[in-house]
Amino acid sequence: MIKSYKFRRGLANGIIYLILGVMCIIWVLPFAYLVLHSFRLDGAPVGNGYILPRQFTFRNYIDLFSGTSSNADVQASLYFPRWFLNTLVVAACSCVISTLSVLMVSYTFSRLRFGIRKTLMNIAMILGMFPGFMTMIAMYYLLKIMGLNGQLVSLVLCYSCGAGLGFQISKGFFDTIPRALDEAATIDGATKNQIFWKIILPMSKPIVVYTVLTSFIGPWTDFILAKIIMGDKFNNYTVAIGLQKMIDINFKTTYYQQFLAGSVVVAVPITLLFLKMQKYYVEGVTAGGVKG
Amino acid sequence: MTYVEYKQLNPLQRFAFNFKKFFKNLPGALSRFFKGLGLAIVHFFVGIGKGFKNYGTTFVKGDWATKLSYFVFGAGDFHKGKYYKGILFFLVEVLYVLFMVFFGGKQMYLLPSLGFLKQQQLEDEYGDTYVVQGHNSMQILLYATLTIVVTIVVFAIYISNIKDAYRHQVMRANGEKPTGLKEDAKEFLDGKYHITLLSFPILMISIFNILPLIFMILIAFTNYDGDKHNVLFDWVGMQNFGNLLNVIDNARKARTFFGIAGWTLIWAVAATFSNYILGLIVALMINKKGIKLKGVFRTMFVITIAVPQFVSLLLMSQILAEHDGAFNMLLAHFNGGVNPHVNFLGGQPWVARLTVIIVNCWVGIPYTILSMSGILMNIPEDLYESARIDGASPVQAFTKITLPYMIFVTTPQLITQFVGNINNFNVIFLLTGGKPDNANYFNAGYTDILVTWLYNLSMGQEKDYGLASAIGILVFVICATLSLIIYNNSKSMKDEEAFS
Repeated sequence: MIKSYKFRRGLANGIIYLILGVMCIIWVLPFAYLVLHSFRLDGAPVGNGYILPRQFTFRNYIDLFSGTSSNADVQASLYFPRWFLNTLVVAACSCVISTLSVLMVSYTFSRLRFGIRKTLMNIAMILGMFPGFMTMIAMYYLLKIMGLNGQLVSLVLCYSCGAGLGFQISKGFFDTIPRALDEAATIDGATKNQIFWKIILPMSKPIVVYTVLTSFIGPWTDFILAKIIMGDKFNNYTVAIGLQKMIDINFKTTYYQQFLAGSVVVAVPITLLFLKMQKYYVEGVTAGGVKG
Repeated sequence: MTYVEYKQLNPLQRFAFNFKKFFKNLPGALSRFFKGLGLAIVHFFVGIGKGFKNYGTTFVKGDWATKLSYFVFGAGDFHKGKYYKGILFFLVEVLYVLFMVFFGGKQMYLLPSLGFLKQQQLEDEYGDTYVVQGHNSMQILLYATLTIVVTIVVFAIYISNIKDAYRHQVMRANGEKPTGLKEDAKEFLDGKYHITLLSFPILMISIFNILPLIFMILIAFTNYDGDKHNVLFDWVGMQNFGNLLNVIDNARKARTFFGIAGWTLIWAVAATFSNYILGLIVALMINKKGIKLKGVFRTMFVITIAVPQFVSLLLMSQILAEHDGAFNMLLAHFNGGVNPHVNFLGGQPWVARLTVIIVNCWVGIPYTILSMSGILMNIPEDLYESARIDGASPVQAFTKITLPYMIFVTTPQLITQFVGNINNFNVIFLLTGGKPDNANYFNAGYTDILVTWLYNLSMGQEKDYGLASAIGILVFVICATLSLIIYNNSKSMKDEEAFS
């Protein structure tokens, strides 16, 4: 009896291991393909009848960063290093602005009490329900009238301006910090301003890091907004639209390898940042739970 | 049922009771919500009425300076010795008048007609052609929206100017002195700190979220088709909505709308539930007792989340390409070396649709696994214990405890995901771009969902901004209704504290 039970359990676990193993392979395989083929030597779009590359080279990465192309017929009009720099600058700027505004808004809604607080929160909720790119056309014309069309500043503005609406998570975190701390500080004569900078912020490291990382990652992965604003200005592209341009019908035969290499170059740092952020997010939420 | 009766139930019965109660309360919660909405509207208008009354009584009670500040901003403050504030108020009025005279007034005058001067090419007496710039409806609409927003802000300042004047009048009557600039500035770091913190974000949100939103909502009532030469357009009322919903004539736009809305619904249901069910199964397998390497499996799936979505989607679209895609290459290996050239993303409509749903599983399941794992660990162990004592088999324990529990806890999440899938632009756009094309549709393909159609209409070959905005509003109505249901449910669930 016991033996057969053990046997059955072993069999069930074996099947589960098998399924999970197969699934892991399915999930990881496309990325393995991405990495392997980014090192492939020959230039044709995709292997001629074979799946695994036969020879490996760093050539694709060198081409990608030097802006040259293996196919001499095509002018190298796509310049990845520039896109990378663009994205870095935009991400850094919008990260600072949006982190500040998210933290300010969430502190206000969490700690300060004033008449129209509830109203403002409801308005924020309703604004969040509109499909995001319904406003993009209007944004496009707005920027055009301001004369900022197709410039990196406009991307920074677009990414960081709406950031204040995403206050829920950090507000949830601030809510869990005991109010007794505020009261004690107030009795000692601290102003709300001092409480915010000297007490609440230092205690909220996990959520600050989380906010910084999410707003930094945003511009790297956003696609649609950058595409609408930049149009045909190759020089001001971010990596996301740049990579999509590389596999456009006109460019694919030349740039396919570089597309793969570029995807790896973008994906690796973002993946690492995401894994780090994951840790902070979980920490932030659980720490909040214990304190609350 | 009384409290004592409830306490006597065993956990399973309690669960069934709560489960039933939850769904029984759903209509009630909904009606409560709409009642609340109605009350809020009533409160709003009552508030406006009170505002008017205050406006009148303040005028009657006010001294000459307060009365003067009904017409000259800041007069009251200035008279009572609060100079800097009075000057600021007055400056606002001057700037607003200048703004209206030189800019805003013209826009408001042109708003009802949206402009009437066409761009003309004329010849002067020497035979040279010159261009007379006409009105640009789009610009007029945008500037008029801006003017309206500015007017609302100035009106708020006007009201606060009156209130402030009256407050200072009362203060003087009580023998108090108005506070100085220094003290007021200090107050902005303490008592009025919310104004300091919120003014910058609110300014940004107003310019880049609210202003475009109002503009787009207004566009939905015009016939703006985005053609570069047609800079003049007109108000058309509800015509865009009429075009979308006009099934009787079986017009092309209406046919497209209902076709795409149907597919959007199928897509949202299929994408949500396939992710949910498969993700749940995998999460159960990973979290099963006796399975080792849990961390390794989880990390594998988390990594696929961490890779930017556009990278994995573009990669997938390349792997599934018709001629040179790696997947077709792989199929060739099992096909005796002959490449089948299956066109997964642009051939048969239903092949493309199925492929999109399957690829979406590949993208979305890791998210489900991540969120489910946490919830699975929280199922109270005593539920299973009592089931085992009652002689339930593992299968029964699963179907009677785990599954209902998960569905109960994750229903709000499920609706959120459903809304998210209705708006799931990236997956469709980066994988198929709406292909295969459908000749019967207006500017759309078989795999297009409402939001990608919206994108086509505003950025594609044949533009129709009015129609696009109308679609945006309809999507908003759908999503907002669903979101409100979630909001209500999660609230009622918090109150009931089921499963705690």
